[in-house]
Amino acid sequence: MFDSASIRVDIVVPYKKRYLSLVGNIAEAVVQALDNYGGDRDTLAFHLNLVLTEAMVNAIEHSNPLARDHAAKVSISIEGDNLCVGVYDQGPGFDLDLVPTPDLEEPSERGRGIFLMRTLMDAVSYRKTEAGNVLEMHKRLE
Amino acid sequence: MNIATETREGRSILALREERLDSSNSGELRSIILGLLTADGQRLIMDLSAVRFIDSSGLGTLLNSSKDAHQRSGSIVLAGLQPRVQSMLELTRLNVLFDIFPTLEDALAKG
Repeated sequence: MFDSASIRVDIVVPYKKRYLSLVGNIAEAVVQALDNYGGDRDTLAFHLNLVLTEAMVNAIEHSNPLARDHAAKVSISIEGDNLCVGVYDQGPGFDLDLVPTPDLEEPSERGRGIFLMRTLMDAVSYRKTEAGNVLEMHKRLE
Repeated sequence: MNIATETREGRSILALREERLDSSNSGELRSIILGLLTADGQRLIMDLSAVRFIDSSGLGTLLNSSKDAHQRSGSIVLAGLQPRVQSMLELTRLNVLFDIFPTLEDALAKG
């Protein structure tokens, strides 16, 4: 059983791709700071960096252009053995269930972002909230 | 984007001097590669040894750049992949589309 104090980190950055590395590096630092995590810390840090990067790009590309002058919010929280990350956008939203699984045998340039999130995390959801749409990802830490 | 290019033994070498290949710089990389593929039959080696992070956009750029090279009867081989970059290529099965060498020297010798 993973036992850790709760951690919550909220990051607010402009809707710009130049901040992807900043958010990714913060996510990696959060993983490296975990107490009593017995898994492969470097791999978890890389995966969290990756799924947050994918979700940020998704938020930037799906946001209402008028909202891009506002800040994007990213939330990373760990409670017990549950890792939860959320990326908010102010766009019209989309139906996650309609995002197709990419054909890995006939690869095309785009369409791997959601696939990577679904593969590397235990659960991915997308819903509307009062704070905007949120793409939320959960992973159980072992 | 920090990139070094040179020609050695008849091969064009593009060394990406960035820690990340992601959506913020992959478009620029694609343009640079297209600029290098000026003649048919060119064989380009991409030295990715400095890259520790790649996202879906970076993977897509590698794929499309390879297609660009093949359309011009050329090829792109990859060298010096860090383990996590290699793992992303394997996860998306793009590894089967490339000749991948442990080091730049290996790519020059065998690629």
